[in-house]
Amino acid sequence: MKVTLRYPKRQVEITGKRRVKELLRELDVIPETVLVIRGSELLTGDTVVGEDDEIELRPVISGGGAG
Amino acid sequence: MKCRKCGDTAALELRRHNAAFCSPHFIEFFQKQVREAIRHYRMLAPDEPVLVAVSGGKDSLALWDVLLEDGYQTAGIYLDLGIFEYSVESKAKCEAFAAARGQKLIVERVTDAVGAPIPEVQKVTRRPTCSACGLSKRYLLNRAALEHGYAVVATGHNLDDEAATLFGSVLHWQMDALPRQSPMLASTHPKLARRVKPLYRLSERETAAYAFLRGIDYIVEECPFSKGATSLAHKDVLNRLEEASPGAKHNFLFGFLEKARPAFEQTARPALQECGVCGQVTTGEICAFCKLSKLVRDRKA
Repeated sequence: MKVTLRYPKRQVEITGKRRVKELLRELDVIPETVLVIRGSELLTGDTVVGEDDEIELRPVISGGGAG
Repeated sequence: MKCRKCGDTAALELRRHNAAFCSPHFIEFFQKQVREAIRHYRMLAPDEPVLVAVSGGKDSLALWDVLLEDGYQTAGIYLDLGIFEYSVESKAKCEAFAAARGQKLIVERVTDAVGAPIPEVQKVTRRPTCSACGLSKRYLLNRAALEHGYAVVATGHNLDDEAATLFGSVLHWQMDALPRQSPMLASTHPKLARRVKPLYRLSERETAAYAFLRGIDYIVEECPFSKGATSLAHKDVLNRLEEASPGAKHNFLFGFLEKARPAFEQTARPALQECGVCGQVTTGEICAFCKLSKLVRDRKA
């Protein structure tokens, strides 16, 4: 599957199925800091994602003043 | 994972509430939390015009969206900080949001008020960028509220912002900052607008989810000056705590607001007067914004 990350924006290729929470752990991403997006839907940690999926991990943390 | 209310596939898990919601029920939950915040602190009267401070980011646009959904009479205010492409893009997001909903958007340029855009102001002051930027925002929002006849300014500060600010204040025991930290700051002078934070019950992840599920087009990129900001370090610590102990951020902030804040409030408030240069409210003879503006203009001269 293709996973898009930001800061800096990059894409990583991951092989095999796994749950979203396992994917985040592998990529060392704290679940509280991202939305997990597939197309027009948000995914919870127990969702299984597979080979053909394109996933965006969109950061939700803003610095400085309120966004 | 299933929605707590209808049993459909959940879009978001809220571990601190031990719940998960599908998209429509999460949106309902979110809007209810904003209503509860407004009710609890009596932030807004139902027919009171509200000036909403918008940055183009998820929080402020989500806030504006909820207030419009609930029928408030609003206008947005965008402060153009002059931070390169980031400001160009964030302003475009605010303009598009306002235009699509037929709302008025007031735009103020920091360059006009201070004498230079934020990147140049930072070079002159040699203080952290967020410091001069925060000062300018507070000043210009209040001034715009007065000029345009709004008694209240609403900002998109969320639970994470408030918890991180509290964490920073407690780390340094800033006795002057602690009593000022509240979801609502009442007007204490005829020239001070009331300031309210209706998103204080909602986490940053929840506001991002709301903006995404409502189809709000917000700027995802971060301000280039926020890299390395202390507030981000504090948020990182709190999010690691949250991961180990869901509800930690909520308990930290709400425990302070309900139990500790009243004790800090007893410290004497400084007397307010009008700035000798601009007439805005300050504790000294000349306000911090006029001092900053003079410094910038003198250096440029």
